[in-house]
Amino acid sequence: MIPYLLIDHVDKSFVRGQSETKVLKEITLQVDKGEYVSIIGHSGCGKSTLLNIVAGLTPATVGGVIVEGREVNEPGPDRAVVFQNHSLLPWLTVYDNVRLAVDKVFSSSKSRAERNGWTLHNLDLVQMTHAKDKRPSEISGGMKQRVGLARALAMEPKVLLLDEPFGALDALTRAHLQDTVMGLHQKLGNTVIMITHDVDEAVLLSDRIVMMTNGPSARIGEILAVPLARPRKRLELVANAPFLKCRQRVLEFLYERHRFVEAA
Amino acid sequence: MNMPVMKSEVTGAVSGGSGAPVMAAKVLPLAPKRPALQTRPMTQVKEITARILPPLIVVALGLLVWELLCRKTGATLPPPSRVFKDTYELIVDPFFDRGGIDKGLFWHLSASLQRVALGYTLSAVVGVALGTLVGQSVWAMRGLDPIFQVLRTVPPLAWLPLSLAAFRDGQPSAIFVIFITSIWPIIINTAVGIRNIPQDYRNVAAVLRLNPFEFFVKIMVPSAAPYIFTGLRIGIGLSWLAIVAAEMLIGGVGIGFFIWDAWNSSHISEIILALFYVGVIGFVLDRIVAGVASIVTRGTAAN
Repeated sequence: MIPYLLIDHVDKSFVRGQSETKVLKEITLQVDKGEYVSIIGHSGCGKSTLLNIVAGLTPATVGGVIVEGREVNEPGPDRAVVFQNHSLLPWLTVYDNVRLAVDKVFSSSKSRAERNGWTLHNLDLVQMTHAKDKRPSEISGGMKQRVGLARALAMEPKVLLLDEPFGALDALTRAHLQDTVMGLHQKLGNTVIMITHDVDEAVLLSDRIVMMTNGPSARIGEILAVPLARPRKRLELVANAPFLKCRQRVLEFLYERHRFVEAA
Repeated sequence: MNMPVMKSEVTGAVSGGSGAPVMAAKVLPLAPKRPALQTRPMTQVKEITARILPPLIVVALGLLVWELLCRKTGATLPPPSRVFKDTYELIVDPFFDRGGIDKGLFWHLSASLQRVALGYTLSAVVGVALGTLVGQSVWAMRGLDPIFQVLRTVPPLAWLPLSLAAFRDGQPSAIFVIFITSIWPIIINTAVGIRNIPQDYRNVAAVLRLNPFEFFVKIMVPSAAPYIFTGLRIGIGLSWLAIVAAEMLIGGVGIGFFIWDAWNSSHISEIILALFYVGVIGFVLDRIVAGVASIVTRGTAAN
């Protein structure tokens, strides 16, 4: 059976002049529908490159990505991305940023009034209706990420791609947003691939954690299933044995077996 | 030899997991708001005076020095009092029209402004289009940029004989000179603006599958708007510079010709008055473009 999303033997190398840098090597990953998969690894290991390949923003050198039995090799709204730095258009209001995506994706399938309703509905999902007429420069970093999330969700993607969505946020805002994402995943059943370098975040949110070795030629080192029932409660997990075990496994992988080594 | 250095990274573990101890914080009442509204009109008046007074003082001092210097017999230039007396009729009645080139200043200025409006509009449209092409396509840039870099250094008036030869008429030649003078900063700034569109916006456009037209309207223009308007502002200044010089040569109606005509008839006071008008209108044109820019680029410049 073909899985919902298949990353099939993907290699990626960047060529600059004479030198060739191999970033990713032999990446094969299957993701089921509705699954939440995190990709974790040290910085520079190529996890963002992998996400961009799935998004179609970067072409794979070898191999390909298959979504619902069809190969994808260019970007599209079926693989909506929440970018690390929100990437909202600063000249549009919060509403218009989401509406732009809604208008484009549902130009023929929804009427004008329906598109308005759908835009507002998605802003409501991320609790941003109150700021719909503000511009991105007038709202906080966490709010911008919420709007970015609303924009991505509004496209009704087959796969939701999160590129370190909470990376630039302070700890409290991050926790709050993680809860939002967790709730939305519970409610909407999206298939999610998230890039992160935060161990707790990966364990808390994911069904499976994909751990990547250090680059160059980064591979998938280990895949860890997180056997925690949903809905998960942040506070209850603090002393939860399986949670701590998963956490320990990931930490061991990152800091013992694949320690980040940097030539000075 | 470089020793490999371990990067001892603290995990992001603080972020989530641990439950924060809950403590009741003491609520401090906010200090009552100051009645800001009442003091406002006074401070506003003060601010306006602070802005207007210094230039007024400088102008008054300048006029005074000028008056003292040019009052003496044998001075080559008239003092301000003479200028005002000589040009009084031109100032109070700018609308007279005695046929030919004997017209009020309003007609001269409006003729010049019409030429600038035509030439500048043309160069804004063509300049933004060419700038977009050069900014977006590497091949267009490689092909066109060196040519632009050479052509833009040609002084405006050097184009005039050539355009007179081509058009065989003063009016289109003057408009062409405006066009060719003001187009280069518009092209170059637009191209820079297009090239500087953040990759993030391009990614967003790619994910949304915007077609080239939508990309141009929804991403390129707003994103590059601050740059485009910088070009447009330089352009309007240059075209106003060029028109006066061009009109001196082509003759007919126009503020440039008015100045030249006044020189030929030794009406130095009229020249000074015309210079004053040219300066004020140039300033107003610049403020208009700047005003449009600040309305259009609201939001874009921030962030």
